[in-house]
Amino acid sequence: MLTAIVLLPAAASALLLCLPRRAPRAVCLGVWVAVSAVVLALTLVVWAGYRAGEGIQYETYAQWIPSAGIGYHVGVDGLSLPLLAMTGVLFLACACYAWRETRRVRDFAALFLLLETTCLGLFAALDLILFFVFFDLSIVAMYFIIAGWGHRGAARAALKFFLYTFIGSLALLLGFIGLYLAADPHTFDMVALTRENPLAGRSAYGALVLLAIGVGLAVKTPTVPFHTWLPPAHTEAPAEGSAILAGVLLKMGTYGFLRIAMPMLPQAWRGYALVFVVVGVVSVLYGALVALAQSEFKRMIAYTSVNHMGYIVLAIGAAAAAGTDPADARRLAVTGATFQMVSHGLLTGALFLLAGALYERGRTYDMAAYSGVAARAPVFAALTGVAVFGSLGLPGFSGFIAEFQILTGSLGPRPVATALAVVGILLTAALLLRALQRMFLGPLRLPDSAGDSLAFADVRAHEGVAIVPLLALAVVLGLMPRFVLDVIEPASRGVLELLAR
Amino acid sequence: MNEMNENPLYLLPEVFLGGSAVLGLLLGAWLPRHRQWLVAALGSTACAAGVAAAGVAAASAPTTAFGGAFAVDPVTATVRIVVLGGTLVVLALSTAPLRREARESEFYVLVQLAALGALMLAGAQDLLLVAAAYLLASVPSYALAGFRKDGPGTEAALKYFVIGALLGVVFLTGITVMFAAGRSTAYARLGGALPEAPAALVGVGLVGVLAGLLFKAGAVPSHFWVPDAVQGSSPPAAALLTTLPKIGALAALYRLLAAPLAGSEVPWPELVAVLATLSMTLGNFGAFFQTDVKRLLAYSAISQVGYLLMPIAAVGAGAQAQPALLYYLAAYALTNLGAFAVVCSLPHARNLDDYRGLLRQHPALTLSLIVCLLGLLGTPPTAVFLGKLEVFTAAIDGGLAWLAVVAAVNTVASLFYYLRWIRPAVSGGEAAPPHQVLRPAAVLACTTATASVVLGVAGGPVLGLMTGALAG
Repeated sequence: MLTAIVLLPAAASALLLCLPRRAPRAVCLGVWVAVSAVVLALTLVVWAGYRAGEGIQYETYAQWIPSAGIGYHVGVDGLSLPLLAMTGVLFLACACYAWRETRRVRDFAALFLLLETTCLGLFAALDLILFFVFFDLSIVAMYFIIAGWGHRGAARAALKFFLYTFIGSLALLLGFIGLYLAADPHTFDMVALTRENPLAGRSAYGALVLLAIGVGLAVKTPTVPFHTWLPPAHTEAPAEGSAILAGVLLKMGTYGFLRIAMPMLPQAWRGYALVFVVVGVVSVLYGALVALAQSEFKRMIAYTSVNHMGYIVLAIGAAAAAGTDPADARRLAVTGATFQMVSHGLLTGALFLLAGALYERGRTYDMAAYSGVAARAPVFAALTGVAVFGSLGLPGFSGFIAEFQILTGSLGPRPVATALAVVGILLTAALLLRALQRMFLGPLRLPDSAGDSLAFADVRAHEGVAIVPLLALAVVLGLMPRFVLDVIEPASRGVLELLAR
Repeated sequence: MNEMNENPLYLLPEVFLGGSAVLGLLLGAWLPRHRQWLVAALGSTACAAGVAAAGVAAASAPTTAFGGAFAVDPVTATVRIVVLGGTLVVLALSTAPLRREARESEFYVLVQLAALGALMLAGAQDLLLVAAAYLLASVPSYALAGFRKDGPGTEAALKYFVIGALLGVVFLTGITVMFAAGRSTAYARLGGALPEAPAALVGVGLVGVLAGLLFKAGAVPSHFWVPDAVQGSSPPAAALLTTLPKIGALAALYRLLAAPLAGSEVPWPELVAVLATLSMTLGNFGAFFQTDVKRLLAYSAISQVGYLLMPIAAVGAGAQAQPALLYYLAAYALTNLGAFAVVCSLPHARNLDDYRGLLRQHPALTLSLIVCLLGLLGTPPTAVFLGKLEVFTAAIDGGLAWLAVVAAVNTVASLFYYLRWIRPAVSGGEAAPPHQVLRPAAVLACTTATASVVLGVAGGPVLGLMTGALAG
């Protein structure tokens, strides 16, 4: 079942590439939307059959390269299931959003389907090398998306993205090899490695492995100081690419922390948790401050991603604090971190798609060029407003639940850091509201490049179909988070138990 | 090993290849010019038969032939299959451009002789046989480098030959010193004698031997010929020069360090690790701003030897090294030949800029190019990725974690120039002139690219076959 979900988009992608280049646009887009929808439907079937709190389910194991300890091992649990579902939703939204795309549609659809396979595969993988394969392929697919369909500076941005994340992936690979060699018998199987805790009692070795894995995942997340690839990549990528990059690809880093670094290196993690707390807080504050200084809408959103990812890193760092406070608070932090991944995926995905719509109308992201847009495009303004409020963590949205949990859970173990992180929320609120005010309120002014100022169209049907469900889901998760939390909570308890070894 | 075991059937693949080379030479003298392709067909048949024979021989237990001078074991078996397969590819690549050339059959014969030299290098267990194999692998290569008889070709051959002659002498001197130290040239005897010999003497001898073998492998510090020879020779010859001799030389080096020098006090693991570092780093630096695709691939070949030397440096430390080396060799040969097949299929595209707009006109070929270049980089799921994984594992397991880190950093650096090639091919198709494509080479490029992915995905059983012990 999981295998089918993972491989279906890749198969469709191969099929699309076999079509003649002059194949009608509608066929390619139709296949893309249909396959994304089927994948999402299958994911929901998996969710319906998933019984919370019973560990890894839908497991498949097959021998792949036994002499090197590599197997094809996939499965889902409470950490990966919400992310799988979120990935499915976001890819379907992007498929709908791309309905008006005209440039080399066949290749675009094929690349996105390939990317979907890598994202789903990564979240389902239970073997380190399988994880790594999908991790690397996602970089390749995203490189071609940015380089092929991005804006003017796309080639440079794509190269920078590739170089940075590839460095990260190789550091990750070295860490994986370290884990592999420590295990007896040598294996890359995540379940076995988690169970075995091969580096227990070997602090120097463990620290090195954690360093390699930590750097690799931190580049992908990205945290300060490894975030410099992110703004150009986001700014130059096409809207769908930015949405996936921020919504799904960044989660690969944080998910890796929860799935690999914490359970497999508990001792080293506890020893160096303070580093993650500091990095998290710096990311929160730095991301917010730099976002405040941006004049371009899309760049600003890119930096808020650094900020939001910082909360996750803070939470997982704080969760390692051993001790006197009840385990419940720390569990809250881990649950919040997972919830934040889903919430951020939905909200940032929506924001980037909205930024793409803005660019399509005005041909610029410069916020100073717009004013009073709400008068001309009320629905667009309303949707942006909803996304912005959701993103700054207003109660009633998923972001609030996530950040509340993260901060509550982290406050006990790390009071100072958490207090500093709260300032980050204030900053984000300020900068997002300021952007909203500058662009949508006041007298009407549109960039000259938009041509006739009357031409600023409101949200079109395909954009609405893509963006509205994302925001609706964010609201649903904000009002009724239980059905997701019920899935996440047993898993986060499991992570903490493993961490306590 | 008391009785002389001279069963030539153990050398069946080598006999096939040598026989077809000699027969081809005779045939070439008699055949009319439009029938010279028969020589290539004969050579291909011999290669195919050799692969089959090597496969059969691989199934039986490791053994030696000719008084222990030639080993038949997993190393030989792998090299045989890879080199003969590679020879097939080179022959197939060269038929179209050489068709009705005046010296068509000579080219095929030289290709086969060079391949035979590589095979002998891989199996030799006696320093004198290694020396003979070295010459057999070298001399036809010199001729192949200058085969076109034009300016760059002559320069290529001359540079290749001068460096080869110089290092060949150093190589022979090294063998002499080894002989002085160990009082024998057979590995079986050397293994007992070298640990007792003065380490300085063995060290000097080893450095001399290394000079020759690294020359064949195209590794630092004997790499100066690679860029010029590869750029100056025709694309099929360049494909051969960067692939086949390298495989034989690295196998020979592995055999030498794994058996007779295993117990020696000479600090060769450190030496090889440093050479590996230099090779990958200098190769990458050289490749950074190349615009000529063959020159770029030449520098990439130098850097690849660096990765191939990693498991050799880790030979003494564990069982990981041998499958890692052999698998990487096979993966590299396949991927590198694939990249050269793309170069061969576009005879008018010399520079990176000439690849502009390739994706629009020839999507399958471009896809093969992307697969091969990303494959050389080590992106999963291509074969080199698994090779790199194995090589890194072997290095870390052998206590050379720093080398694995250096290799990882170098891999990232190499990304830069592979992407410099991919980018024009993928984007900017507006003003691109129509590309003229040689169809057989293009088909071959697609085939090798596919094979490299298949080898990567189905690497498990292949790796399993490469783990057997060396023949004593």
